[in-house]
Amino acid sequence: MTLNFNNVYLNETATITGPYEENGPLGKYFDYSYKDLYFGAPSWEQAESKLINETIDLVLGKAGISKNNIDALISGDLLNQTTSTSYAAKNTPYSLIGVYAACATSTLTLALASLLAETGKTILCTTSSHNNAAEKQFRYPVEYGGPKPKTTTFTSTGGVAAIISNKKSKIKIESATIGTVIDSKINDVFNMGAVMAPAAADTIYKHLKNTNRKIDYYDLILTGDLGLYGKKILKEYMQEEYNITLNNHEDSGPMLYDIEKQPVYAGASGPACLPLVTYSHILKQMKDKKLKKVLLVATGALHSQSTASQKLTIPAVAHAVSLEVVR
Amino acid sequence: MEKEKYQNLVKKHTPKEDLLYNCLIAFITGGIMGIIGQGLIDFYQIILEISFKEATIFMLTTLIFLSCLLTSLGFFDKWVNFAKCGLIIPITGFAHATMSAALEYRKEGLVTGIGANMLKLSGAVIIFGIVSAWTFSLLRVILGVV
Repeated sequence: MTLNFNNVYLNETATITGPYEENGPLGKYFDYSYKDLYFGAPSWEQAESKLINETIDLVLGKAGISKNNIDALISGDLLNQTTSTSYAAKNTPYSLIGVYAACATSTLTLALASLLAETGKTILCTTSSHNNAAEKQFRYPVEYGGPKPKTTTFTSTGGVAAIISNKKSKIKIESATIGTVIDSKINDVFNMGAVMAPAAADTIYKHLKNTNRKIDYYDLILTGDLGLYGKKILKEYMQEEYNITLNNHEDSGPMLYDIEKQPVYAGASGPACLPLVTYSHILKQMKDKKLKKVLLVATGALHSQSTASQKLTIPAVAHAVSLEVVR
Repeated sequence: MEKEKYQNLVKKHTPKEDLLYNCLIAFITGGIMGIIGQGLIDFYQIILEISFKEATIFMLTTLIFLSCLLTSLGFFDKWVNFAKCGLIIPITGFAHATMSAALEYRKEGLVTGIGANMLKLSGAVIIFGIVSAWTFSLLRVILGVV
């Protein structure tokens, strides 16, 4: 399903990260970064909630909007029952729409917010992930040092917030494609790039078909967290399956970290990965008119630890949002 | 795309693990662990004037204590990540896995957190250790070795 929006704008964004992201190549573009992964909270789960609350305060301050002018909060994260979101939302006065699409959450919140913004509402969107909280839930204890395959991705730590409304700004949200769930035919939880690449390809293809566009309509197709190897798989898969040549494609996973120097394997992942890259580096390039049309394609793997232990193949989804610079 | 065709595509873009290098590192670090273990046994035998069997238990306890301490201090995971099976296969790996899980769940209570979760990774080692010990003992009895 592709949604077209006539009058929806990305008004303001905020990004807060942990130390690994600060030490990466985009470190200087984030609003601020913490040195310690606890962020002054007693546990990682609470740290992630704190991060969401801080990004909300930050984005409202940056936009100069009063707390009461927000109509709803659309928010999601990676943890079970999206508790980071709910525990953060209890400190806010907003109507909450909590969403879960794993690492595809960011674009899903943007798409839903755009739908509401079209009716005149002002919507606050947040997405977050926390490396240690996610590792604890999905993989091994943080202090466990067992070796991992090279295709493993490293969950990013960060919180992002955005304000979406029909008030004009430099960046327009022009359309969005809500993806379908694709069976990846892969059950390797250490190769998320391979799991999510077919879903990304499917959503890109459907978006282009529904909007009647060619791939070179966009200056940049930015996928979520396929990582170094998933990026290559996507390119070849697009060519073979849809006969589309992906030349203007980047993946935010390898962009967020310095792959050579940081211990991050195939690159970043997590719901915060794509919006951290977008709201820092990509938006700056758009405002500088270096990029005019960008398609964000966040990708998510929709498995749990139980389904992974049962060796089921992992379903994946990708949601696309098209951003354009307003002339 | 067919399942098999896609899996081949994935395989093509999946980097090979450096098996030989990993084996070499594990061989050397594992060997060093063996030397340290033997050194500890000799040390305890001479200093405490105890039997070889007792000194072995002292050696194991020392290594377990050191792995737990270094895991808690926060850098043993980097050593394990480097040494791989050189530190995972000896008793240090078991202690490291248990301790890291205990640290992970310490905020969730003594019983429901640490108690229920500290054997999350290493519990299987105990279960299958007991089962295989029992099986081999049975085989020895049946084959009349004992």
